[in-house]
Amino acid sequence: MKSVGETVHVSEDAILSYAVYLQEVVVRFDGFKALDIKNFGVHFNDLRVVIGPNGAGKTTMCDVISGKTRVTEGRVFVNKFDVTYMTDVDISTKVGVGRKFQTPTIFDSLTVYENMELALPGRRGVFRNLWTKETSAERDKIMTVLKRVHLDTHARRQAKYLSHGERQWLEISMLIVASPKILLVDEPAAGLTDKETVLTAELLSELKGNHTIIVIEHDMDFVRRLQSRVTVLDSGMVLADGTLDEVQANEAVIEAYLGR
Amino acid sequence: MSNSNVVAYRDLAMESAQPNSARTVRLIEWISSIATIGILLIAVPLLYRGGAIGITSVNQLGRFLCYAIVAMGLDLIWGYTGILSLCQAMFFCIGAYAIGMHIVLHGPLDGDGIPRCLFVVTSVFDFQLPVFWKPFESLPIALLLGTMLPGALAYVLGYFAFRSRVRGVYFSIITQAMTLAVFLIFQRNETRLCGTNGMTNFETLAGWDLTSSNVKLGLYVVTVVAVVLVYIACRMITMSRLGRLLVAVRDSESRLRFAGYNPLKLKLFAFTVAAIIAGIGGMLYTPQNGIITPSKMMPGESILIVIWVAVGGRGTLSGAVIGTLLINIFANMLSSTFPDAWPYFLGVLFIAVPLFMPEGLIGLWRRFARPDVNINDLPAETVPVKEGAVA
Repeated sequence: MKSVGETVHVSEDAILSYAVYLQEVVVRFDGFKALDIKNFGVHFNDLRVVIGPNGAGKTTMCDVISGKTRVTEGRVFVNKFDVTYMTDVDISTKVGVGRKFQTPTIFDSLTVYENMELALPGRRGVFRNLWTKETSAERDKIMTVLKRVHLDTHARRQAKYLSHGERQWLEISMLIVASPKILLVDEPAAGLTDKETVLTAELLSELKGNHTIIVIEHDMDFVRRLQSRVTVLDSGMVLADGTLDEVQANEAVIEAYLGR
Repeated sequence: MSNSNVVAYRDLAMESAQPNSARTVRLIEWISSIATIGILLIAVPLLYRGGAIGITSVNQLGRFLCYAIVAMGLDLIWGYTGILSLCQAMFFCIGAYAIGMHIVLHGPLDGDGIPRCLFVVTSVFDFQLPVFWKPFESLPIALLLGTMLPGALAYVLGYFAFRSRVRGVYFSIITQAMTLAVFLIFQRNETRLCGTNGMTNFETLAGWDLTSSNVKLGLYVVTVVAVVLVYIACRMITMSRLGRLLVAVRDSESRLRFAGYNPLKLKLFAFTVAAIIAGIGGMLYTPQNGIITPSKMMPGESILIVIWVAVGGRGTLSGAVIGTLLINIFANMLSSTFPDAWPYFLGVLFIAVPLFMPEGLIGLWRRFARPDVNINDLPAETVPVKEGAVA
């Protein structure tokens, strides 16, 4: 296992070979160090799971990558862009980062189909949306994705009437339709039933290989299903890195989860 | 958790209820819309011709329809986009003043060609017509400025407010303060906009005698046509993807940002269009009202517009028109019989509507007609999906 938590000097070229790279990133909130990552990289088309106790900085890390939070120090590279000072909208449209939030956020007054329609790539301007209509190919794509998550029969329903699991799926489906290069998925299994968890894990595994995915999760069964490399955060720092079995055997990780 | 139970119950209720078919409801709504336009456009002028109603009533209805135009603008920014703007009366007045300036420039003038209503408040011996009055002499330019000035002001005000992510009640307060500031500026004699007396003694508009009954009837008909056109324009916006994006701003602005849309532009669009619509309403109002004073943009006036839209039903457009007409006609009747009771009634309305019918009259009707369809009249036929379309 590679040593973690140390500063590693990585060349410019090497950084560009990563889909997401955090270089000596520090985020402070009123003096409190929420994030302190020496180096963290995810290769293109990899699925990486980030775990850690509450307050470990997992969501802050997502915020930094998606431009919701500015870093205090360090640089952030995403999809060969230096996004350290880019706006959230630019990171989303130009760099191609899609995000699913911890609590499912969808547009409640719109129907399931309309939610998906707004997630379609392209057409982000104001006036273009006055005239544009989705093509039949896009319509089919939406319905195919909805069918995969059993939401096709709910297409004409307002999203506010969906159950929690369905909301999670709708949001993931919106990400799939938007097809961003990099997907940030924050706690997709939170509050799901076992059956729903299995389907969600399947969905994310299917996306692996075509998208770079960073998943934040608490649920160990879910993490095991994803069968991918795991990074453990604690107190804003990278504590361990490796397969799930490796990190679960790691002394420091056991200490962080159980020691206090 | 209890929330999800409620949702489950709702679902059950939906499946067991036997709703009218969407087509039937749509048909009823279409027929009543056409009937309303028919009454306003044909029946009212005929009744006037037949002597059943006086020109004063027609004129009054025309003014209420001007309010309905402003209300549709507010519905776009508040009902659909979720931004409570309390400066629509200001935009209305800017439009109203633009056309008012044009009319008085062709109205009673003193020897030096200064409008009399302007001269009264200046009391300066060799007073010159202020430079900014000159463009309003031409009708096309006055019409253009009457729409573009409110639009431009909204764009600038909106840009700075939305860019700084001022939202919710803070935005409402800023717009309210802005209205008060402009009101105070318009009131001053030094502004050369006729001060508190405003503009009156209108004579002609494009050569038509504004005091003649036939011209009043003509203005009324033009207003009805304008209501229909503004309605169609707003409906085109709300039926498009752009309309869905505006609703998305209302539902979750931050989510929209992470989907790659720029809410700033969307909000600016809605706010500017709403201001232009308010300006159109104002321009039709002045010649029919015969006087325009700064009191028309007192802060309370903007809140009245909010009540009209709320009573009719937010985010429905037709509700804005219905709410405006009903309240104003009712207010007119009630305030002439019980002048003291009207403000109390308005207060009760302001409290009761959000409490008992948050979706307004249109919401009440939709709930009654189709319990399974939402108030926003967005879904159903805008979704081109049939069950089992994808194999």
